[in-house]
Amino acid sequence: MASKVTIHVNERYWTVDAAPETPLLYVLSNELQLKGPRFGCGLAQCGSCSVLIDGAETRSCVTPLSAVGNKSVTTLEGLPAWYARQHKLAHVPALTPVQQAFIDEQAIQCGYCYNGMTIKANELLSKTPQPDEAQIRKAMNGHLCRCGTYPRILKAIQRAAKNTAGGRA
Amino acid sequence: MKLIVPMNRFPRRDLLKAGGTLLIGMTIGGAARAQETEGVAVALGPDQPDPKSLDTWIAIHSDNTATIFIGFVELGQGCSTALLQLAAEELDLDMSQVKSIRLESHTMPNQGGTVASASIARGGPRIRSAAAEARQALLKMASQRLNAPVDRLTVSKGVVSVTGDAKKSVTYGELIGNKPFHLPYTGKAPVKPFREYKVVGTRIPRRDIPDKAAGTYVHMQHVRVAGMLHGRVVRPRGQGAYGDGAKVLSVDESSIANIRGARVIRKRDFVGVVAANEWDAVRAARQLKVTWDRPASLPGTAGMHQQMRAAKTVDRVVLNKGAVADALKGAAHSVVQTYQGPYQAHVPFGPNCALADVKTDSAVVMCSTQNIYDSRNKVAQVLGLPVEKVTIQYYEGSGTYGRSCYDDAAQAAAILSQAAGQPVRLQFMRWDEHGWDSFGPAHLAEVRAAIDADGKIVAYEYHGWQHNWGITETSQQLALGTPAAESSGSVSQEISPFNLGAMYVIPNMRLVNHRVDGVPASLKGSNLRSPLDLSFSFASEQTIDELAELASMDPYEFRKHNMTDERWLGVLNAVAQAANWKPRGAGGRSNEKIVTGRGIAMGTHTSSYAAAIAEIEVDRETGKIVAKRMYGALDAGQAVNPALLENQISGMLVQATSRMLKEEVTFSDTNVTSLDWNSYPILRFEECPDVTPIVVQRLDQPSSGGGEEVLGPAAAAIANALHDATGARSREYPLTPARVLAALRQK
Repeated sequence: MASKVTIHVNERYWTVDAAPETPLLYVLSNELQLKGPRFGCGLAQCGSCSVLIDGAETRSCVTPLSAVGNKSVTTLEGLPAWYARQHKLAHVPALTPVQQAFIDEQAIQCGYCYNGMTIKANELLSKTPQPDEAQIRKAMNGHLCRCGTYPRILKAIQRAAKNTAGGRA
Repeated sequence: MKLIVPMNRFPRRDLLKAGGTLLIGMTIGGAARAQETEGVAVALGPDQPDPKSLDTWIAIHSDNTATIFIGFVELGQGCSTALLQLAAEELDLDMSQVKSIRLESHTMPNQGGTVASASIARGGPRIRSAAAEARQALLKMASQRLNAPVDRLTVSKGVVSVTGDAKKSVTYGELIGNKPFHLPYTGKAPVKPFREYKVVGTRIPRRDIPDKAAGTYVHMQHVRVAGMLHGRVVRPRGQGAYGDGAKVLSVDESSIANIRGARVIRKRDFVGVVAANEWDAVRAARQLKVTWDRPASLPGTAGMHQQMRAAKTVDRVVLNKGAVADALKGAAHSVVQTYQGPYQAHVPFGPNCALADVKTDSAVVMCSTQNIYDSRNKVAQVLGLPVEKVTIQYYEGSGTYGRSCYDDAAQAAAILSQAAGQPVRLQFMRWDEHGWDSFGPAHLAEVRAAIDADGKIVAYEYHGWQHNWGITETSQQLALGTPAAESSGSVSQEISPFNLGAMYVIPNMRLVNHRVDGVPASLKGSNLRSPLDLSFSFASEQTIDELAELASMDPYEFRKHNMTDERWLGVLNAVAQAANWKPRGAGGRSNEKIVTGRGIAMGTHTSSYAAAIAEIEVDRETGKIVAKRMYGALDAGQAVNPALLENQISGMLVQATSRMLKEEVTFSDTNVTSLDWNSYPILRFEECPDVTPIVVQRLDQPSSGGGEEVLGPAAAAIANALHDATGARSREYPLTPARVLAALRQK
């Protein structure tokens, strides 16, 4: 049965009317009208629905609303603000360095997997700011891309890591 | 707080307003913002705009910008950027001054499907000459306005000036802004010589990427409209034989009684559910008890090639020159082999989605088709409406790589909306997309080839078996009882005189196509990116490598030795140079656990020229192949935007690796069993090779296809690299560890 549930998404509290077993993805897509997380498999196999929950990449397609509780959910839309907090920036950038690097590398083709790629890459860089290639590949291994853009994603993450390091120096 | 796209046809207007005019408003988080600024085309008939009118193609706005009406869809390949480059070039406009609008039936020109990598090759010339013709008309107007002859006029960024009199100038916008040309499109205006290009041939960044990176891009899966329901189809998990469709024995509607708001919609064997809440629709579709008739009509994965070989076939000699049988008899060395290729799936990363609003006498359907006018026909058929009453609006989905289930999704949404009397957003679940795809058909090849004592190829014979593409969509088959039927054929459905041996000088050649009837006991087929070419190249280019070995020649040298065409040689040499290919003797192979190898291959689809090199590692104990580095060279004639081609080549190298090493549709005697990313694995990040794309630019040549041609050679290069590494050859792909171990045992 549907009931009122309050969730914390992108630094705002949202009260939605939904059954507690509803996967978070459907609430984000329909009730909150967000375009970042998107349905890919519903089986936690591909990563297109990924969000950050308390900073950890999570598959929203298999995460019931009841499991979210008062944890902090960050979607692609909230990622620049999340990044700004992580790096104690005075202003929220329009894009995270990872997103900017995806543009600079012209990495994207259809773009459907890029929600998950962006979420996962930001999680990686938040924990390992200067990953080597093997670390990037390992971290990203659970995110699939059907167009075959992995090589450019790899380059873009390397570029983002470099730019972030440069920006801090 | 609603995410709303108006479900109206874009209004037609006689006058074209600057800056676009139709806003698709989206309200997110309370703040309205215009997602897109849409221009409006002039539609001259109830059906589709008249291609012989210049106004069908180009509109000039008073702010000195232009809208180009392009009949091709953006699929992430970048054609929406490249086609605008052609228009900007001929109009002498800056890229910031040109745009296109959403593809929609009725208002956009019918340029056929965005298939066969042909948007630039086939659509480009039309856009280019329409732009040249518009420029010619504008210069004529400027000549009168400025009182100067046309040959004294120059144009830069849409500003027409008189040579030697800088004060005399007028903009395109001032000449005609917001007014139609009212001129015929003749196609006769001369286009620019390539030496004068400023925009064509340059690396303009893709227009769709910034929004895709920011997460503001509207994929089809994002579209919602007011008052809509969510729909899901209910089908058996995994299709059976195409001809069998899926027959309902019983539906137990009480099985979803606990899901309030969900209801069953049934039309003959088409079963679906709709609900206001998406999760209700998802779980109702999962929970609904339907008993299906599941006849055991299929041969199973292991039996399909045998079934094809034994089938009664319709045979056609595609190419016959010289006397192959005699040449084989008299040759110094010959090879004979049989090769097998699997069914492979499109499986877009986001399952297909469509949104339909069907009224009593009309319908609007938003979908991710590769051909809006073809989809309009298909939707009209299931609704029983005249085609002109159906409007198709294109929204990019996730990449389709050929004809995935987009028309099936559009029809399903339409059927559900018609029955529900409300707009319905239909999205397939993962198992629908994997299980009910129209697959790239399996293939069986028998190849014979021979060389003379000088290492020249003297004979080549190729027999290929496969079935054609299904033309009855599943939704229509189930809802109307329309019998399954296959296309009568086309170039991409039979063995290819463009790809098979075509790059070599071979005096005696025979190519024979054996068409199997795929309806009674096969899966539903369709065009999967570079149709059949992976199977062709896998068989043909391994044969060429075997001939090279018989001639005791390096595979690269052997190919060069048998080629004269400058463009084939161009890509072969380009890829060899990039990979630093050095001929090496047939030295002893390593006996280590992990061995390395490299392979080279050539190929194409129906146009363009491609060559690839693979560098791989093989674990001789586990049989696992890891592609370490892939190189692909492509000559697609004039590369309008080399950066876009490089991205296509990179993608093809990765997708070819995935298809050669991992991808195989599996099925039992009743149904497809590969229903998700675990049972139909694709290449993962840790398995991904480094890639080197090489564009051979030929500005003086017409553009040809650029989205498919590297797949075949890249895949075959991996197979040849396996032999280089281990001495073993596999005659069947994908090269899974089990197949590699079997090949190693047979060595």
